Amino acid sequence: MLSKTEKELIVQIWEKLLPVAEDIGSEALLRMFITFPKTKTYFNHLDIGPGSQHLRCHGKKIIEALAEGARNISTLTTTLAHLSRFHAYQLRIHPTNFKLFNHCILVTLACKMGDHFTPAAHAAIDKFLSAFSAVLAEKFR
Amino acid sequence: MVVWTEQERAFIQEIFGKLNYEEAGPKALSRVLIVYPWTQRYFGNFGNLYNAEAIINNPMVAAHGKVVLRGLERAMKNMDDIKNTYKELSVLHSEKLRVDPDNFKLLADCLTIVIAASMRNSFTPEKQAAWQKFLAVVVSALCRQYY
Repeated sequence: MLSKTEKELIVQIWEKLLPVAEDIGSEALLRMFITFPKTKTYFNHLDIGPGSQHLRCHGKKIIEALAEGARNISTLTTTLAHLSRFHAYQLRIHPTNFKLFNHCILVTLACKMGDHFTPAAHAAIDKFLSAFSAVLAEKFR
Repeated sequence: MVVWTEQERAFIQEIFGKLNYEEAGPKALSRVLIVYPWTQRYFGNFGNLYNAEAIINNPMVAAHGKVVLRGLERAMKNMDDIKNTYKELSVLHSEKLRVDPDNFKLLADCLTIVIAASMRNSFTPEKQAAWQKFLAVVVSALCRQYY
């Protein structure tokens, strides 16, 4: 459950991340591919080498979707309906992978924000990412 | 048997070399208690864990954080036989402390994040991979004596 303070913190943090969405998104993806190589199996159709245009573009898309979710936390199910259908019926990603990617987003944020990535910010973002992933996986079965 | 490349060994030594043991352990333990509050169930005699500030300033949490990190150092010094190095610790956690082993991973993740916040961009994806492999071996060793 997200408190009012946490929801505000989440909106603040994602607004700051939007201008550097490509950097954050591509780094989080790269960390995931290198730390958890099995996640690469979902990306045979893209060039996911470090610095690749596909990686930067895809990373940006993900961060922008997360920012959209952050702005509409109370209505995640409706806001993410199309993404939810896409992940369930087309991408069909094994649900454990959401946790792996969420962890890599957190590590990326820690690297970028240092001490500003406080335990409170960490808790709020982790809860938000869990809620977001749950909606993405909602239609899986 | 775990196989370590020379590069992985070097990365793990480097990360430990840069760790401030007095800070990293306490920060990781307090972070896991804040971010995953159910882990507080194992620390009933630690006094005030009522909110984030109380946890961060709790001297027992800080002291125990240092104990955890020194335990991790033993694994680093015995990287080729973490399984046996941790046999007694595993028995302790399963039979005496009765910790649900799923929580080990949470503490490991929080420590990774504390290290990332400290090393910033020098905590490259490759170093993260080596570090997380090390922690996965540690967690697996801790889980071994659960029956």
